[in-house]
Amino acid sequence: MVDIAVTSVATPPSRMIAGLKRGGARLWIGAALVALLVLTALLAPMMALHDPLEQDLLSAQLPPIWMQGGDPAYILGTDSLGRCVLSRLIYSARTAVMVALIAASLAALIGIALGLFAGSFGGWVDQLTSRLIDVWMAFPPVLLSIVLAAVIGAGLTSVIVAIVVIDWTRFARVVRAETMVQLTRDYASAARAIGLSRAKVLWLEILPNLVPLLVTLLAVEMGIAILVEVILSFVGISVAGDTPTWGSMIAEGRQIVYQAPWIMALPIGCIIASVIGLNLLGDGLRLALDPVQRS
Amino acid sequence: MTATLTVEGLKVAIGDANVLRGISLDVEPGEVRGLVGESGAGKSMLGRAVLGLLPANATITSGHIAFEGRDLLAMRETERRSLLGRRIALIPQDPMTSLNPVKRVGAQIGSLLRHHLGLSTPAALLRATELLTEVAIREPERVLSLYPHEISGGMRQRVLIAMAFACDPSLVIADEPTTALDVTVQRQVLQLVERLRRSHGSAVLFITHDLGVVAKICRSVSVLHAGRVLEEGETADVLMRPRHAYTRALLAATPRADRPAETLRPVPPALIEQLWSEARRLDRPGTAGPA
Repeated sequence: MVDIAVTSVATPPSRMIAGLKRGGARLWIGAALVALLVLTALLAPMMALHDPLEQDLLSAQLPPIWMQGGDPAYILGTDSLGRCVLSRLIYSARTAVMVALIAASLAALIGIALGLFAGSFGGWVDQLTSRLIDVWMAFPPVLLSIVLAAVIGAGLTSVIVAIVVIDWTRFARVVRAETMVQLTRDYASAARAIGLSRAKVLWLEILPNLVPLLVTLLAVEMGIAILVEVILSFVGISVAGDTPTWGSMIAEGRQIVYQAPWIMALPIGCIIASVIGLNLLGDGLRLALDPVQRS
Repeated sequence: MTATLTVEGLKVAIGDANVLRGISLDVEPGEVRGLVGESGAGKSMLGRAVLGLLPANATITSGHIAFEGRDLLAMRETERRSLLGRRIALIPQDPMTSLNPVKRVGAQIGSLLRHHLGLSTPAALLRATELLTEVAIREPERVLSLYPHEISGGMRQRVLIAMAFACDPSLVIADEPTTALDVTVQRQVLQLVERLRRSHGSAVLFITHDLGVVAKICRSVSVLHAGRVLEEGETADVLMRPRHAYTRALLAATPRADRPAETLRPVPPALIEQLWSEARRLDRPGTAGPA
C-alpha cells in the first residue's frame, strides 16, 4: 500500500525566546522589581548600613540626604527614635517576602486541591465546597485575622495562618471553574479513554493546563499577602514589636507625618513597588508560559 | 469464536430522552464495522458507552456490553481502565482538540506507553519514535518535541492514530476520525487506519456519517436512526440492495461524482417524521420494542 505522505513541519524559533518576547515589558519590569525585593530580603544584613534597631536620639527625624539638613550617614533619614529608615526598609522586606512566599503558597496548595476536587467530582461534593467558599468569602478578612490573632496570639504565624485560612477560597473558586471547563475538553475525555484514573487525569492532564492561570493568581496572591501583613502590622497584631515591618513604619510615621512625611511615604512606596512588581511578573509569566500563542 | 465486541439490547437515556433504544451489535475479531447515521442517531453515544465515557447525566437503562466475552458494564472500574487504551482504543473525532495543548507530543505518547506497557521514559520515547514512523511522520524525533499547536491537523490525527494502535488493541473505536479533516488528508488517514488495522490485527468500529467512507473500508455496516439499528449486513449488500427505506433515502442523498447534482435527493421529511414517531411509540411503556 502506498500511503506514505511526506509530512514535515517548519522549525519554530526557540520557544524560550518566543515566550520571553510574549511576556513583553511587563515581564521584565515585574521580574526586576521582584528580584530587587527578594535580593533585598536575602542580603539585608549586607545591604543595611545600620542596625535597624539601633537608636540615636541625637539624630532623630533627619530628612533624606537630598533635602535640607540631611546627613550622609543616613541616606533616607531617620525616624523619631533616630533609627536609620533605609536599614529598616531593607529589613522589613524580609517579613514581606516571607509572608508572601509561605502564605501564598499554602493558600494555593489548599485552594488548588479543593478546587480540583470540587470541579472534578461535581454533585454534592461540589455543592458542599462551593457553599463553604461562599460562606468563607462573606467573612471580612481583616476581622477574621484580628480574631485569629486574639485566639492564637499575635505574630508572624498568625498572620500567615490568617491569610491562608481566608485566601484559599480565591484559588479554590478559580480552579474549580477552570477544572470543570477543562474536563469538558476533548483531550480530557481522550485521556480517560486511554484508561487514566480520575486522579491521574487531574494531575497529568488538567493541572498543567492551569499553570499559566495559577502563576498569575499566585503572584496576585503574594501581593495581597504583603498588603494583609502591612495592615495587620499597622494595627500592631503582626510580628513582635521591634522587628521592622513596612506596616509598623507607616504606623509610626503617621504620628509625625507633618514634621517628617518621608518616614511614612517611603514604606508606602516600597509596598506599591512590590505589589505592582508581583502583578506585572504574574501577568508577564502567564503570557510567556502559554505555549499556544495568542495572536 | 468469541466476538470482540457484543452489544445486546443497549438502552441509554439522558433525562427523559432515550438516546439509544435497544441496540444490538456484534463486531468479530479483525472486522471493520461501519456505524452510520445522521447527527443525533446515537452513533457516538454507542462508542462512548463502550468506552464508559457517557456524559454524567446519561444512564444505561438496560442491555449488555461485552468485550471478548467479558461484561464491560459489570466489571470493576480498575479492571475496565486497564482495558481502555490497551485492548480497547479510541481514535477521537477532532484531532485539533484531542491532544493536550500544553504537553509535548512525546510526553503524551510516552505517558500512554508508561501507563499501559510499563516502559521506562527512554524506552517509551524510543517506542514513540517507532510509532510515529509507522504512521508516516517524517523526522519523528523532532515531532515528539513539539507541542500539538505546532503541527498540522493531519499530523495530529496521525499522532492520535499512532496512540490508538500503540498497545496492539483488539478493538479500535474510530469516532468520525475524518470529519474534521479536509478531503485530501481524509484519504490518507483512512488508508493509514486500514494499514495499521491489518498489521496490528485489530477490529475497528468505524463511526461515520459518510457512506463513501463506509464503502471504502468497512466489511459490514449498521445503519442507525433515532437510537435503533434499522438495517445491518455486509457493506456491499446494504449499499447495493438496501432493504430499509431510510437507507435508500440516505444513499439517494449522498452526492456522487458520476451522477448529475439534480438527482440528489435529500431524505424526505415524511420519512424522518415517520421514523421518529415510531421511535416515540417504542418509548411508551407497555409497548415492546424490537430488541
